[in-house]
Amino acid sequence: MAKKKAAVSIRECVACGCCIKVCPRNTITVPNGIHAVINRELCIGCGKCVKECPASIISLEVTE
Amino acid sequence: MKRKKKWYDYLWIASLTYLILGFFNILFAWLGLFCFFIPLAIAVIKGNKAYCNKYCGRGQLFSLVGGRFGLSRKKDIPGWIRSGYFRYGFLIFFFVMFFLMLWNTWLVFAGAKNLGAVVTLLWTFKLPWHWAYHGTLFSDGVAQFAFGFYSVMLTSTVLGFLTMALFKPRSWCVYCPMGTMTQLICKAKNVTTSQKQ
Ligand code: SF4
Ligand code: SF4
Ligand code: SF4
Repeated sequence: MAKKKAAVSIRECVACGCCIKVCPRNTITVPNGIHAVINRELCIGCGKCVKECPASIISLEVTE
Repeated sequence: MKRKKKWYDYLWIASLTYLILGFFNILFAWLGLFCFFIPLAIAVIKGNKAYCNKYCGRGQLFSLVGGRFGLSRKKDIPGWIRSGYFRYGFLIFFFVMFFLMLWNTWLVFAGAKNLGAVVTLLWTFKLPWHWAYHGTLFSDGVAQFAFGFYSVMLTSTVLGFLTMALFKPRSWCVYCPMGTMTQLICKAKNVTTSQKQ
């Protein structure tokens, strides 16, 4: 079955961290304040971060 | 599964209180310096954006009003606002205006200018604000700085609420000068530390 995972457009990320707070699985961090990083192993593709991101630069990508 | 609320999830109350206090006594505007120095200090010392990511009360206020209270269209922000040109351009503009404000304060300190008891919104509109001025113990410059600083804070709040309503709740974070600057510092720090290794 095709699974969806969140992916950040790193170059455009403003590192505000709005996505961190909404993720139900706590999979997002902003290491060194540069851009968000999503732990794809844990991401369930719920899309909450996609909706929240003020710059709208997270998308759900189909994996497998 | 909901994340447990921490003490810092309530810092929006402090941000709101700040704006209200400035309405009654302008000298409270000085407290806003915390919102300047804390994020910078965290970025410079720790090299991260924990201020934005956790503590920023203003961001929380926008999330609350735009998200919980639904006063936001929740539409995508136009591409040009999140472009580097606009973000860095706005940062520079913001700083130029900030230094003009400091210069103005200096003139009042030096006695070359009289105190203007006004709050300037969006760098243009002068709002009467004399009721919040009850005199200062020191120089009029102390009050002039307060008026100037409060103008900066109020202007950014108004812009923030505007883009909150038009786009996503925390749209302000995309072009917030503090956010842009702390990210720049973090990027610069990262370059220098990775060179050392
Ligand atoms: S899609 Fe859901 S689980 Fe995945 S990172 Fe975003 S908020 Fe977290
Ligand atoms: S909300 Fe968007 S811009 Fe902000 S840190 Fe997350 S991915 Fe980056
Ligand atoms: S970008 Fe600005 S408003 Fe947003 S969390 Fe950071 S300091 Fe606060």
